[in-house]
Amino acid sequence: MMETLRAGDVGVLLAGGSLVVTLAVWAWGGDRGDTAVIRAAGKVVETASLARTRTFAVAGPLGTTQIEIQPGRARIARDPSPRQLCVKQGWLTQSGQAALCLPNQVSLEIHGRTRAYDTLGY
Amino acid sequence: MTRSAIELPVGADDRRIARLAALAIGLTLAEAALPSPVPGVKPGLANIVILLVLLQYGWRAAAWVSGLRVLAGGLLLGSLFAPGFWLSAAGALVSLSVLALARHLPRRHFGPVSLSVLAAFGHIGGQLALVGVWLLPGAALIKLLPVFAAAALVFGTVNGVIVARVLAAPAPDRRQSAPCALP
Repeated sequence: MMETLRAGDVGVLLAGGSLVVTLAVWAWGGDRGDTAVIRAAGKVVETASLARTRTFAVAGPLGTTQIEIQPGRARIARDPSPRQLCVKQGWLTQSGQAALCLPNQVSLEIHGRTRAYDTLGY
Repeated sequence: MTRSAIELPVGADDRRIARLAALAIGLTLAEAALPSPVPGVKPGLANIVILLVLLQYGWRAAAWVSGLRVLAGGLLLGSLFAPGFWLSAAGALVSLSVLALARHLPRRHFGPVSLSVLAAFGHIGGQLALVGVWLLPGAALIKLLPVFAAAALVFGTVNGVIVARVLAAPAPDRRQSAPCALP
């Protein structure tokens, strides 16, 4: 009598499980960004790595926009724009994500290994 | 009086294949009634029969049973030559090809669970390949790949355990006459 699960079966199951995990990471993981690009009035004023915690203050026509960077993510922490849309977007992590503070003409965009879009027009 | 009927000689092998194919077709029909959250995710219960046939009567018999199941399943479900039929055929084809190679794995270490899991991955692989090439080229199938792969792993394992249990069941002489007394 042979048992139900033999040594090779365990190997096949482990290989299948790792295939599923690999597929899940590949298909659902997305592209985590590594750089934050900050623009004011369309011009790049700062390109910062997402490796360590930093804050920037960028001046615009309405006032100062505070940008906060933490390891692996970045956000607009404070902005004088009336609707606060870019602040409410919260933390950005994936390549291609962007937060725009339109009245104050400040934008924050995340770049990664691959570019999700060739160009974005605001 | 001359007899006009053409007689086809029917051997014991033919009867056995027909009986096993009928079992597989029955499971296919039963399974078609099961609701599924994602189209394409099914337990593949008929593969239990295919594997049992493979392990007891060889690959040729398994190929016959599988082919008859796909054809008659398509007839009975009303999907003959519809996309669903071709998906089923592609899955069965790749799965049988995988089994043709996998059955040479040493029996001592690789049991029915291995064969079942490999066949399940082959099945979904063949279906997705056909979908990607023919039915939905360029569609975002990638996002669904992990779901299908996980389903293949889970259902392949469950089916393989069932096959192993059936094969390990007592009364081997009885099994010859009723090869697929499923629990």
